[in-house]
Amino acid sequence: MSAALAATSGANVSIQYNEAFVRKFVIATIFWGVVGMLVGVVIAFQLAFPVLNLDLPWTTFGRLRPVHTSAVIFAFGGNALFATSLYVVQRTCRTTLFGGEAMGNFLFWGFQLFIVLAASGYVLGITQSKEYAEPEWYVDLWLTIVWVAYLICFAGTLMKRKEPHIYVANWFFLAFIITVAMLHLVNNAAVPVSFFGTKSYIVWAGVQDAMTQWWYGHNAVGFFLTAGFLGMMYYFVPKQADRPVYSYRLSIVHFWTLIFLYIWAGPHHLHYTALPDWAQTLGMTFSIILWMPSWGGMINGIMTLSGAWDKLRTDPILRFMVASVAFYGMSTFEGPMMSIKAVNSLSHYTDWTIGHVHSGALGWVAFITFGCMYNLVPALWKRERLYSLRLVTYHFWISTIGIVLYITAMWISGIMQGLMWRAYDSLGFLQYSFIETVEAMHPYYVIRAFGGVLFLVGALIMVYNVWKTIKGDLRTEESFEQPAHVPAGAAE
Amino acid sequence: MADKDVDSITGTETTGHEWDGIKELNTPLPKWWLYTFYATIIWGLGYYILYPAWPWLSGYTLGVLGYSSRAQFVETMAAVDEGRVGWINKFEQLELTEIAEDPELLQYAMAGGRSIFAENCAPCHGSNGAGAPAYPVLVDDDWLWGGTLEDIHTTVMYGVRGDHDEARYSEMPAFGVDELLEPDQISAVADYVLSLSGSGTVNEDGKVIFEEQCIACHGEDAKGVTDLGGPNLTDQIWLYGGTKEDIVAQITTPRHGVMPPMGARLDDAEVKQVTIYVHSLGGGQ
Repeated sequence: MSAALAATSGANVSIQYNEAFVRKFVIATIFWGVVGMLVGVVIAFQLAFPVLNLDLPWTTFGRLRPVHTSAVIFAFGGNALFATSLYVVQRTCRTTLFGGEAMGNFLFWGFQLFIVLAASGYVLGITQSKEYAEPEWYVDLWLTIVWVAYLICFAGTLMKRKEPHIYVANWFFLAFIITVAMLHLVNNAAVPVSFFGTKSYIVWAGVQDAMTQWWYGHNAVGFFLTAGFLGMMYYFVPKQADRPVYSYRLSIVHFWTLIFLYIWAGPHHLHYTALPDWAQTLGMTFSIILWMPSWGGMINGIMTLSGAWDKLRTDPILRFMVASVAFYGMSTFEGPMMSIKAVNSLSHYTDWTIGHVHSGALGWVAFITFGCMYNLVPALWKRERLYSLRLVTYHFWISTIGIVLYITAMWISGIMQGLMWRAYDSLGFLQYSFIETVEAMHPYYVIRAFGGVLFLVGALIMVYNVWKTIKGDLRTEESFEQPAHVPAGAAE
Repeated sequence: MADKDVDSITGTETTGHEWDGIKELNTPLPKWWLYTFYATIIWGLGYYILYPAWPWLSGYTLGVLGYSSRAQFVETMAAVDEGRVGWINKFEQLELTEIAEDPELLQYAMAGGRSIFAENCAPCHGSNGAGAPAYPVLVDDDWLWGGTLEDIHTTVMYGVRGDHDEARYSEMPAFGVDELLEPDQISAVADYVLSLSGSGTVNEDGKVIFEEQCIACHGEDAKGVTDLGGPNLTDQIWLYGGTKEDIVAQITTPRHGVMPPMGARLDDAEVKQVTIYVHSLGGGQ
């Protein structure tokens, strides 16, 4: 069998994978990443200095905030998932894309249209007011078409694979595509007021609507930002480290447990609300049980470096990936902890939640994406290597400092906020008014915004590096190999 | 499988498959991982026994603790109310002056008043009553509608120019837009008003106009008439600004602030507490 495998592996060279459209997705990922992060910096400063709302409806925090969240989750993250999933599925199935380049181009332009329709609606005040599902019905319908095409394309490619088995990355990608389709359809079930108007009404009402929304919202995190990006990790970490995946068994067990458990965890967003106690219990316990299945991915990601730890010193791209998996581990511990009702009663509605989301979004989602983009760009444009690995190192450290400033500021601000809200004096009166808590948070909002600026600066360094790489430039720079091993006089 | 593929670095077998150059090791599940996973499941099962958990068509498992977040909330609130009821009764029964003379009640009123003020009054009057442009400062001894406990209580209870029959009401004539005075007359009277608080020299024309038009509400000595809500013009405290431009604007097209009747959202005891608190801020009368 291995002889047969070797023979077929040799055939890899001759397959002309569809790559032109993947290049577009890579450019779009980086472009929307910068846009989303920039809007994030703007709204972070708006919270610290409200005058920056500019007193115009289009530039208020309320309208720009969904632009930020959708731009980073769906535009940056979504394009990264399209780029990597459709790149990975071809190579790990040793076959070209189902539907070919035309399908790839439809998905690309279709998804960009979705982004522009969604974002323009937000700025103009057209919204369903459902978090992470703000686009109105006409945008939702268009996304449904694009998404079904994505599913057909991905599943079609899997079905015509030349490999006997489906690689683990593709399980995660497929689970992400199918589940997001289901979430999208159910949460956005709405009745438009008219064919030519933008307004619609959601069919769910009251606490059922809240539950549907957070079933959607939590699994957008679980399947879009976790399962999909685990798919990325499962291909690009072993590729970049040039090591086998640590444990096949762990990948099976943690895949099925993750998929089964995540879908139950949504009610932890609705602790101490009108949601019945039994649903709160299930949301909380499934979140705790989800802890180890989440960590299975972290173990498989980090332990894949067994025997290659030295590469962390010389390969800043791998460093991005490993740091991202570490942040993933931290966030997936923090998440279950915050789902515990006693902790949640302090943390909920505070900045702690924002800090938690960003340790996942900046640390995990963005870092693994940066790592993958640095891997993909030379591969897709057939360059020998990136323009500069030194710049990748700058990107890494500047962004890491940005994340640390961001999440520590939000931890302190959030816990302080929670404690101030529940502080009573000896006679039983509230110790602080709401506005006093807002005043107390101001310095942390400034620190957070500054952390965001650093993260954006890092991304701009990536833009420059990628642009120079695509141009075909190579920066002359010292390699990261230890200079001590170079004999004296041998340099230059 | 006959031909085992072993990773040379870890010494672990691979699964024998390869995808685009990627192999997988057949490493067993980490023991600590598996046992921690089992432990969380067992903890979850324990939680289901204790708390409301699994639904069926017409109900759900209640759990042996009989926990209900709704019941917990009601109990907590009942305990708070129980601790407060004695205080509230006293506040409802006693006069403001009696409350102010009782050190214990005064302390309670100050604590409660501070909390009530911060949530209800601070948005306009500023944190701790420091005021804001066009919203009266409460930490000085200048009182538009009177600064006794009784006066403040009435203002808090019914508000000013708001939606209540007993609201405080005053309206300054629009001398400019209604053409009651010529622009040069307004300029002269504005100069005179400024001189009342020691700025500039006395404008004699302005003084004549002032005595004809303004003293009914602002008083013969211009120190204000609190019954009519006429502000004192002899101090340096200006609700709508103290430059000549501001004063001309106010005479030409007067602005009138509105305060909602707080009695509509606070109960009697709360109104009394916040009255005593406000009275203490700037030295009530």
